[in-house]
Amino acid sequence: MEILSGLMQGFAVALQPANLLWCFVGVVLGTVVGIMPGLGPPATIAMLLPLTFLMNPAGAMIMLAGIYYGAKYGGSTTSILLNVPGESASVVTCLDGYQMARKGRAGPALGIAAIASFIAGTVGVLGLMLVAPPLAKMALAFSSPEYFALMALGLAMVVLLAGCSMVKALLAMLVGLWIAGIGTDLFSTTSRFTFGRMELLSGIDFVVVAIGIFAIGEVLANVEAREEAQLLPVPKGLRNLLPTVQDLKDCRFAFVNGSVIGFLVGVLPGAGSTIASFISYGVEKAVSRRRSEFGTGVIEGVAAPEGANNSETGGALVPLLTLGIPGSGTPAVLLVALVLWGFKPGPLFIPENPALFWGLVASMYIGNVMLLVLNLPLVPLFAQVLRAPVYVLYPLILGISIVGVYSASGSMFDLALLAVFGLAGYLMRKLDYPAAPLILGLVLGGAMERALRQSLMMSEGSLSILVARPISALMLSSAVLILLIPLFTKVNAWRQKLLS
Amino acid sequence: MSSDFWSGLALGALGAYIIATASGWEYLGPEGPGPGFFPLWYGIAMLALAIVLVITNVRRRIAAEKPVDWSEIRRALTTWLAFAVSIAVLKFVGFIIGFAALTFFIVAVMYRRRLRVAASVALAGATAFYVLFPLALGVPLP
Repeated sequence: MEILSGLMQGFAVALQPANLLWCFVGVVLGTVVGIMPGLGPPATIAMLLPLTFLMNPAGAMIMLAGIYYGAKYGGSTTSILLNVPGESASVVTCLDGYQMARKGRAGPALGIAAIASFIAGTVGVLGLMLVAPPLAKMALAFSSPEYFALMALGLAMVVLLAGCSMVKALLAMLVGLWIAGIGTDLFSTTSRFTFGRMELLSGIDFVVVAIGIFAIGEVLANVEAREEAQLLPVPKGLRNLLPTVQDLKDCRFAFVNGSVIGFLVGVLPGAGSTIASFISYGVEKAVSRRRSEFGTGVIEGVAAPEGANNSETGGALVPLLTLGIPGSGTPAVLLVALVLWGFKPGPLFIPENPALFWGLVASMYIGNVMLLVLNLPLVPLFAQVLRAPVYVLYPLILGISIVGVYSASGSMFDLALLAVFGLAGYLMRKLDYPAAPLILGLVLGGAMERALRQSLMMSEGSLSILVARPISALMLSSAVLILLIPLFTKVNAWRQKLLS
Repeated sequence: MSSDFWSGLALGALGAYIIATASGWEYLGPEGPGPGFFPLWYGIAMLALAIVLVITNVRRRIAAEKPVDWSEIRRALTTWLAFAVSIAVLKFVGFIIGFAALTFFIVAVMYRRRLRVAASVALAGATAFYVLFPLALGVPLP
């Protein structure tokens, strides 16, 4: 009943003409961003963040969330037509999507991607609506030790799942913690790592780091290639985009699989939509009667991962809004957006801001319908984005980045930092250091240090407080176990080698 | 030595700097942990992990993981340099001129398009920024 009345309130907010317009702007922008390889939702949201200060927070949140889940719809178009993922979450869609397009079935591949995204995206929002309020109530019992343990657990999972090298992911996270520590320590007013610069006393603005690492870093990485990839023909007319009845029958399990796995993986801090789509693809292949054909253009191989990466967005908003813990890069930028607008994501967020929470939930239902309409008949139009010359696009991204940073702080020093972080973002890509742990370390670093120091003040300096309380002990032990998993694997492999 | 070796060395140096700096701040005071408490621990962790990265790399004796395409890197770094220079001159020439020059450089030099095309893109881009930000949205440009 409480959920129903909340949802009614949410629709009253989301159906306001201005909010409907922002939702539409968000999903269109998201689709375009998803289609364009090299420009992801975290970069776009970070670039637009300063401009949202001029907007009403509900409209701004609805628009930014629209970019987040809209990009998941758009990413499949590039995977299917170009064999290049428009968005990291659509990597696995290339396997069967591109093969379908090569066999002349680009239309049904694009169509099933949109339908699976719609079904699973809606299930993800349903999950968010049902899981978030009770979880927030449960988290009300949390104090500083539990928060510290929760953040440690979240960072441990991010590091474990971040990429090929755990050592590099940990190092990136530690650099994020260091950047978060730059500035004046609020407990003692000591200035830390400021190199004698007055401009650093108030710390480094998150917007500068996020735009530098994501947007500038991506542009520099993409500018390396002089040639543009070749696009396969885009089918025209709705009839050519609709999958057959047999296609829909073949995808029945994929819709369920993508929806459930995507949401569950999304709730888990650190996993993210790329992992959700890979797991969902793996499960689909494992249970399929024609598993040997996967990779040759099987329609379930498109439906399952596309569903999973859309359902994941609903799941990822659960820890963000109820615990204030983002699970990956884009939710981390959204967290900062909420903080900059004056909100405090955490257990009190939903009770204190019901209109914003339920408005967001309702807008996501509406946005998914908008995306289905946009991505079925209008996909040939959106695909034209891929024909836009990159030499026009990249200077525009650089220009928007400069304006975004300057409008947030009005500081020329921050623009110099933007150039520095842009170079750092490029080097991280070249050297295979994942960006998500750095951003999460930066976002959580301040709160994590505060929680740790408050915990130790409560216990008069004794670290035992972190393990004396059952919930924090459980979470810290899980974090340690997670970090030890690669070690166990190595020891096991070594033992096997010795035995053989 | 591979890129991991050099990045490990650089991060190890950063870790050592953090430890050295944080050692100068109060670690534990009468009111609990001081400003040096948290940085000291992540500095130690950073140094330790950087050493692991370097040692692992040396033990594997990897000369290089894959051949480095220096022409690609040169393109990216040249673009970055142009971007950095355009930021440095913003204070003197303003955003519109700085951005137009950056766009012209990217189109004409990096993508080798005709000068007429580069000039048109630069002019159109700068005009669009001026119309959209200060005029339509009221957002000041640097």
